[in-house]
Amino acid sequence: MTILDPEFDPIMEPSRPAAPARSAGERYRIQTVDRPARTASHGQPTPTTPVVRESVFKVEQLAISYGSKTAVQGVTMGIDRNRITAIIGPSGCGKTTFLRSLNRMHDGIPGLRVDGHIYYHGHDLYGSGVDRVEVRRRIGMVFQKPNPFPKSIYDNVAWAPRNLGLRSGLDDRVEKALRGAALWDEVKDRLKDSALGLSGGQQQRLCIARAIAIEPDVLLLDEPASALDPIATASIEELVRTLKAKFTIVIVTHNMQQAARLADRTAFFGLDNERIGTLIEYDETDKIFTNPADTRTEDYVTGRFV
Amino acid sequence: MARPRLRISDRVGDRLLLSATGLASAIAVLLLVLIAWQVFKGSGTAFHKFGFGFLTGTTWKPNFNQYGAGTLLFGTFVTGVFALFLAAPIGIAIGLYLSLMAPPRVRAIIGPVVEMLAAIPSVIIGFWGILVLAPFLVKHAEPQLHSTVGFIPLFGLPQTNGASMFAAGLILTIMVIPIVASISRDLFDTVPRELQEGASALGATRWEMIRGVMLPTTASGLAATSFLGLGRALGEAIAVTQVIGAGTKINTSLYETGDTLASRLANQFQNATDQLQTSSLFYLGALLLIIGLGSNLLAQWIGRRFAVQKAHA
Ligand SMILES: Nc1ncnc2c1ncn2[C@@H]1O[C@H](COP(=O)(O)OP(=O)(O)OP(=O)(O)O)[C@@H](O)[C@H]1O
Ligand SMILES: [Mg+2]
Repeated sequence: MTILDPEFDPIMEPSRPAAPARSAGERYRIQTVDRPARTASHGQPTPTTPVVRESVFKVEQLAISYGSKTAVQGVTMGIDRNRITAIIGPSGCGKTTFLRSLNRMHDGIPGLRVDGHIYYHGHDLYGSGVDRVEVRRRIGMVFQKPNPFPKSIYDNVAWAPRNLGLRSGLDDRVEKALRGAALWDEVKDRLKDSALGLSGGQQQRLCIARAIAIEPDVLLLDEPASALDPIATASIEELVRTLKAKFTIVIVTHNMQQAARLADRTAFFGLDNERIGTLIEYDETDKIFTNPADTRTEDYVTGRFV
Repeated sequence: MARPRLRISDRVGDRLLLSATGLASAIAVLLLVLIAWQVFKGSGTAFHKFGFGFLTGTTWKPNFNQYGAGTLLFGTFVTGVFALFLAAPIGIAIGLYLSLMAPPRVRAIIGPVVEMLAAIPSVIIGFWGILVLAPFLVKHAEPQLHSTVGFIPLFGLPQTNGASMFAAGLILTIMVIPIVASISRDLFDTVPRELQEGASALGATRWEMIRGVMLPTTASGLAATSFLGLGRALGEAIAVTQVIGAGTKINTSLYETGDTLASRLANQFQNATDQLQTSSLFYLGALLLIIGLGSNLLAQWIGRRFAVQKAHA
């Protein structure tokens, strides 16, 4: 099943067509917002009738090295559309490294090497002719540490849409993004104030608003709540749950309860016998936490990991 | 018993450090005041005779006891601004390249080379200017510019030997670029990596990232750096003397000769014939001091004002 018009190849398209920027932006929006497949993948799976889900990513035998040091290897997994996929595992097993490969954030890091394949809606993400700017426009990322720009709250959210030429209805877009990130009520009276004056949790929600303002297809979240207190964490979790309806979400977390609460599927990363990060087990979250197939997963989720 | 003794020696060390550093700072301040006082005192006779008319007077005729700084103020302003407008964008571009785009190996080579450019003694740059740059300008660059943008009065008819405000401006540009480049590279290096990644994760192109994140977060520093560079250009004497041609008139065309405060000062101080000429030269020095300190203060003020604004914005 494909959601993309076969005539239109979003990634192979040059990022800045000669046509006016707005039309590019509008086409982009149509492509990502109108999703005929969305409702189809929404039904609750039951044990007897397995649901065929659409994969946003198909990762095959992925290996990533920093110079001569391999950080992850042998990762093969699919990531389902409109679901939350959690990535858990001990520190240093390559969760961040893996996540960043999904939107080519590694590009330009000297000595970094990506082997294997990542297919995004069937397109080889690392194929020749793929524009990484376009990739990141469709696959947004929120980092562990909130990183708002030293601009006003409004400008933080409006910045990326402006770059894309989405100037008409910008106010509405900003409002929608801030509402989407459950931040609107807190900031609507001080949109012109600096984003640096917000609390950590508000800043992180602003970063989420900033990411969803350009209506990406996928949101990658790298421990988005690890720097936050429990209340802010709860609000981020609540937010992520609501975002699932619109976006495909991949979230790295150290917090096992968080993965269990939030995720539909969970991938457990660990170190293989060469002490290189790898995917150990990947399954429905229930299964990972109640009845894992691998003893290493069991040890980790029950806290017996050393 | 051992501990209190240690503490006492620590305290003595602290005091020593405090007084040594304090003394050094006091000497710096004292020196500044002393120099300024000397210069202003030296210019007393000329100030008495010419008053503020000295600033607008455009004649400088030692034989007739007539002195005015107008031509020199003009030349200083034109060459300084010329250098600033050329050196700031080039220097900032070099800084951006070194900080963001250059592969590590290229950065490791170009960075030090650019800094070495700043270490070339100005007399050597001036020497190169008169032997290589000026002849090249007058033979090739100036006719070319004159035929294309000659309708702008700045680019008049090329003169004979190449000594000109144009050459002086370019020499100053060469001297200011390394300052702007190395400081702006350091400024760009301070922009947090998270901000750069945040921008590229939003699908920003490199230019959008530079325009939207790098330049705004470093704007005050860049402006301050440019004014620091301007201060350097305004004060440079030797290299300018070598290429500017010691002109005595105000000309709109950059291709004509001119002179600057610093250059005239360096040129004539040795051979000053009488007290009034010496005093007039001191007067030039006082103006130069005021302009130099002014541009420095402006640089500091910009740096502080915008830093404050950023914190409150
Ligand atoms: N820039 C880098 N250069 C070299 N090695 C790196 C770099 N970044 C990460 N690594 C190495 O790659 C491995 C995986 O790191 P990564 O940050 O992906 O782990 P992680 O699972 O996200 O850990 P954590 O849970 O602590 O965030 C580690 O051994 C780390 O030392
Ligand atoms: Mg990590």
